[in-house]
Amino acid sequence: MTLAMHDKEILIQRRRSALSRDLSGIAVIVIAAVIGYFAFPDNLALLTRIIAIALLVLSLDLVTGYAGIATLGHAALFGSGAYAAGILSAHYGINDPLLMTFAGILGGAIAGLICGAVILRAHGLPQLVLSIALINLFHEFANKASSWTGGSDGLSGISPDPIFGMFEFDLYGHTAYVFGIVLLLIVFVLLRLLVRSPFGMLCRGIKEDPLRIRAMGASPKAALARMYVLSGAVAGVGGALNAISTQVVGLDSLSFTQSAEALVMLVLGGTGSLFGALSGTVIFMLFEDYVSAANPFHWLTMIGALLIAVVLFAPKGLYGTAAAFVARRKEARP
Amino acid sequence: MQTVFSIAVDALAYGMVLFVISIGLSVTMGLMRVVNLAHGAFAMIGGYVASYVARDLGLGYTVAIVAAVAATIIIAIPIERFLYRRIYGAPELTQVLMTIGITFCVIGIANYLMGPTLKTIPLAEALQGSADLGFRTIPVHRLFAIVCGLAVALGLWFVIDRTSFGVKLRASVDNAAMAAALGVRTEIIYAVSFGVAVGLAALGGVVGAELLPVEPYYALRYMVTFLVVVSVGGAGSIPGALIACLLLGAIDTTGRYLMPEFGEFFFYLAVIAIICIFPRGLAGRAK
Repeated sequence: MTLAMHDKEILIQRRRSALSRDLSGIAVIVIAAVIGYFAFPDNLALLTRIIAIALLVLSLDLVTGYAGIATLGHAALFGSGAYAAGILSAHYGINDPLLMTFAGILGGAIAGLICGAVILRAHGLPQLVLSIALINLFHEFANKASSWTGGSDGLSGISPDPIFGMFEFDLYGHTAYVFGIVLLLIVFVLLRLLVRSPFGMLCRGIKEDPLRIRAMGASPKAALARMYVLSGAVAGVGGALNAISTQVVGLDSLSFTQSAEALVMLVLGGTGSLFGALSGTVIFMLFEDYVSAANPFHWLTMIGALLIAVVLFAPKGLYGTAAAFVARRKEARP
Repeated sequence: MQTVFSIAVDALAYGMVLFVISIGLSVTMGLMRVVNLAHGAFAMIGGYVASYVARDLGLGYTVAIVAAVAATIIIAIPIERFLYRRIYGAPELTQVLMTIGITFCVIGIANYLMGPTLKTIPLAEALQGSADLGFRTIPVHRLFAIVCGLAVALGLWFVIDRTSFGVKLRASVDNAAMAAALGVRTEIIYAVSFGVAVGLAALGGVVGAELLPVEPYYALRYMVTFLVVVSVGGAGSIPGALIACLLLGAIDTTGRYLMPEFGEFFFYLAVIAIICIFPRGLAGRAK
């Protein structure tokens, strides 16, 4: 009896600590957003792009960090969301930003379903190759269907209406930035709930030991496919945000390079943690903005060296290593 | 008929070049279980060295090939010793990141040292022009690439099937721990086969420079193709890799000739279909 009480107490305590971490996470995002707003008032476009890419990296974290699927083609979901939102506006004249975001979610989810169905058929190296082949296929397809996507010129003619008819998308990107922050906060809260849910736990279990999960009566493949669709929806939000804020969708949003960079950002921050995905994106994008402006050739060398250094010295990523360090300090001084 | 014949010759030459470059990748992947995305970077280094030796120093084509292979192996030794050895047996994601990092570094450095332009490797006199087969003429260089591919395939078959080194290599591929327990020095096998793999990549980079032009993004652009060959053929299998190269070379070349506007579309579609039907590769074995 006392044991059960004790268990319950621990459960409540755990839930409370998770809740407080949620709240502090939201607070950190809001504070960072406010600081960014005042620190880079002339460069809100960059900050909005960081938010869009952060959504892509969060979505990659769902499949790679939580479900253990290595993919180098995740931008397929991001780009599909961006094109879905862009096509809705440019070809059908539906310019409501919320509807465009929903189109992005839908586009990303459908792309997630397709990619998941193909990628989950193999494991290891063939899986990686499948993901690369898929992103190239998507890229080629978007390039050829130029009457819909604008081909290599990019899809232009996207002109989102004011949000709720009140907040117009201005030249300085204030509205787009706030819109992006709100989207990020909503997605962040939903994902925190998702990764703690029984379904999120099931996906983590599949990453650890798929055979055991199957023995317990769950189907790993079905769970992973569902995770892929959810991940596609999140990436689609990012794509739609990118399409709305820049008002153009380029082929580079469907490129292998974009996928590889997203993976680099995720690993830089730390896989299997939403905070890791966010911090990795912010650090990488700011670093990229600074270095690539200085010298585009050395940029690639620097990224390569950074990657090697992370693999050798901080295999859990920057956030993961920092979190482990803090945890160890806490344990040493109870 | 003319078109069919030239497609066939080009496809064969392209497939053989792919084979020379990716067979090393296939063997090391089967042996060390390392997802090595940096393999194309070594082929690129070979191409650059050959271009420098043959064009800027004015030495002959043969010297260029030898120099390229030697220089690439020398560059690869410290990379293997200090970077690759740490990721043997690591999770796939770690290996992908490390080798992508190496690829990015090589691209950046090549761009800085050699500039972003295409580099050509002047061919030897004997390889220029075309050969008359009686009913058709074909470029000698294509013939040379095909012969190189066949020679590499034969040589590897002989080494792996007929020598004691090959026996140890096959034992290590099948079960490295058991081979080590039986007294095979697996670290030496690893080092030697890594060296041979890199050397073959460099050779392929030089011989194939006419078909896969040498430029800084070479490593990234063709990396996918090499990986595709290995996963379609099945890691560690020479016949599998040979079949995969010829098949993919044929699909790619035919697509380019007949439907140039659709570029690589059919290539990747074929790759997805093959991997979905044979998830372990054409010659892959069940684990």
